[in-house]
Amino acid sequence: MMAAIIALTLLAVVFGLMLGFAAIRFKVEGDPLVDKIDALLPQTQCGQCSYPGCRPYAEAIAKGEADINQCPPGGETTIIALADLLDRDPKPLNPENGTVKPKMVAVIDEQRCIGCTLCIQACPVDAILGAAKHMHTVIESECTGCELCLPPCPVDCIDMVPLGQDILTWKWPYPEEAAPKPAVLEKAS
Amino acid sequence: MALPRGGRTEAGRAGEGFVSNAGARRLWRFRGGVHPPQHKQVSTTLPVRPAALPARLTLPLHQHIGEPAEPLVKRGQQVLKGQLIARPQGYVSAPVHAPTSGTVVDIGEYPVPHPSGLSAPCIVIEADGEDRWIDHAPVADYQSLSPSELRNVIREAGIVGLGGAGFPTYIKLNPGHRKALDTLILNGVECEPYITCDDMLMRERAGEIAAGIGIVRHALQARQCLVAIEDNKPEAYDAMCRATAHLEDVTVVQVPTLYPAGSEKQLIKVLTGKEVPSDGLALHIGVVCTNVGTAAAVHRAIDRGEPLISRLVTVTGGAIGRPGNLEVLLGTPMEELIHQCAGDSGAIERLVMGGPMMGFALHRFDLPVIKTTNCVLALTAAELPPPRPVMPCIRCGACADVCPVNLLPQQLYWYSKAKDLDRVQEYHLFDCIECGCCSYVCPSNIPLVQYFRYAKGDIWTREREKEKADIARRRHEFRLERLAREKAEREARRNRKKAALQADTARREKQAEIQEAIARTQARRRAAMKAAETQRRKAQQTARGRERPSPAARNAGGEGGNEKSGAPAGMTEDAPQGKDE
Repeated sequence: MMAAIIALTLLAVVFGLMLGFAAIRFKVEGDPLVDKIDALLPQTQCGQCSYPGCRPYAEAIAKGEADINQCPPGGETTIIALADLLDRDPKPLNPENGTVKPKMVAVIDEQRCIGCTLCIQACPVDAILGAAKHMHTVIESECTGCELCLPPCPVDCIDMVPLGQDILTWKWPYPEEAAPKPAVLEKAS
Repeated sequence: MALPRGGRTEAGRAGEGFVSNAGARRLWRFRGGVHPPQHKQVSTTLPVRPAALPARLTLPLHQHIGEPAEPLVKRGQQVLKGQLIARPQGYVSAPVHAPTSGTVVDIGEYPVPHPSGLSAPCIVIEADGEDRWIDHAPVADYQSLSPSELRNVIREAGIVGLGGAGFPTYIKLNPGHRKALDTLILNGVECEPYITCDDMLMRERAGEIAAGIGIVRHALQARQCLVAIEDNKPEAYDAMCRATAHLEDVTVVQVPTLYPAGSEKQLIKVLTGKEVPSDGLALHIGVVCTNVGTAAAVHRAIDRGEPLISRLVTVTGGAIGRPGNLEVLLGTPMEELIHQCAGDSGAIERLVMGGPMMGFALHRFDLPVIKTTNCVLALTAAELPPPRPVMPCIRCGACADVCPVNLLPQQLYWYSKAKDLDRVQEYHLFDCIECGCCSYVCPSNIPLVQYFRYAKGDIWTREREKEKADIARRRHEFRLERLAREKAEREARRNRKKAALQADTARREKQAEIQEAIARTQARRRAAMKAAETQRRKAQQTARGRERPSPAARNAGGEGGNEKSGAPAGMTEDAPQGKDE
């Protein structure tokens, strides 16, 4: 009886020490889950999820404060990827956050631009080039299409244009099957 | 894609056993494969003809795998035949040369032969009809050039793989860290139905190919060379045997007709029994495989100094009256080729570039011939299979039986259809060569290859987007860091100013204190002097009252009083001075 109690107590102490040591030795800096979620987000930094950027949204998801269906630029793909990662059921995009739009880039109408630098300050990825009282322009390859530069512009000289498709970015479309649905599936649905 | 089918093919079961042919050479057999109807004899009855010089030539800047070329000419500029008009950008790229003399009339977006039907940057040349060559000279003795110099000449000539993929040849001819290569395979298999341009090239220009073999072998330092020709091309086989008889270690091999034996990895398996690893290149097993047409182009570049400005194109199909092979300048509109071969544009139901198995349908007839155009196939409605409804997959496994790369097309199909891009890669989607055997045998008419192409494109798009997202993340993080740094700098500046201000007031306060102290001591001194004065006066008055003192005694008393009160005053004045310092 006594021997068993001592043995178990000893074991508890030994394992406790081991765990304590491991907790210090192998301490994880930061939250890997946040990084994983952040890696799945499209990094447009548009704030449509109601958080000020992709990382804050990732942190909110990790804490359970935000749902996984608040990212319109990511669309269905991101929701499914998040659902996979967090082992939740995918759900349709929350319409309050916006709708899925084709990929766009901002283009500054250089005739109308007055060089006020307000859009430069609004751009989350520093994709607008210019100086005070000098014409601004958008670096197309760096623009995420977040639309954050639109509201500050006092002369409405920024337009969102859909990203053109060229031969290098073209991909084969999903095959269309003009197949009559099998009867079994129709009955089931 | 466009072939009528007759049920299951006889290719059937996979076997490791080798097939022996007339010679003693041992051959292997790759797994799977199909025997689609050939339709080759229709375009081999006529000899190769040169196509007529077109009035306008449209030269896309992107006719190869890799980066597009960069134009070197301006609108309105006169160019000569063979003149460099666009230079390569980056390592994997190829230059473009003017196919004839004339004027550059435009540089801009024009429709190009591509499955998307989109436009791409092109240089348009209006021919002047003179066909005047630029000064060009052959390489006098290629044997004296190092392989690297030889590759440079080939790069400058704009030569890319003419079998259909268009990979820059000079990269392929680089054995890398290997000193020498074991086997060079010249691919004259041409397994796709309808296409006969390699066949006709071997029949009529075997000498050019043989000369090209010597050059390519020198560039690669290859030990031996195998020329592979399918056994349905006996004339080409004879011609190549005759042309290469004088060459050492060159063997012309007849391989059994089986689609897709002309695919690089399958051909290597047939000839050497070796398999190219899934994530490797043929080079890794000591083999380089190149098309016979490419070898002939290399010969022209080295022995004649001519860049790649023309190629053989098979113009065939039910809608063509006189099908055959034409020597075509790059940039020639396909509709002119159709006219020259007595084609009936009205009867064309589908115009295909390439063969019926791996080619793609074109959206219009005026597209230019590019470096990878081996065949212009004009099919009539009668040649196309009647549209059959796509039925559900019944898991019959016919696709897996014929797959030449040992894949499971039905699994790939399920995951591609479900857009499960991770699983589809686990089933080695990227090993698929898109040969079309699976779609060809599918009893449910499922367009399997289209699903695989879609999945590949989606994965590439996803990777591109991921890359872009990573860049955006880095830029955003950098911006946040910059803003934080700027804020900290502002804060630091403000703090410094504040501290400076505080130090200033402190100093002023101290000064004021010192002044006060000085004032105090001076006041005390004055008070002390006053007191001494009054004391002296009192003493004088008392002395005057008692007795009249002598003037000498009065003087001495005054001096002594002065000395007594002066000493402490001097000390008090010294002290604040020391403090001030």
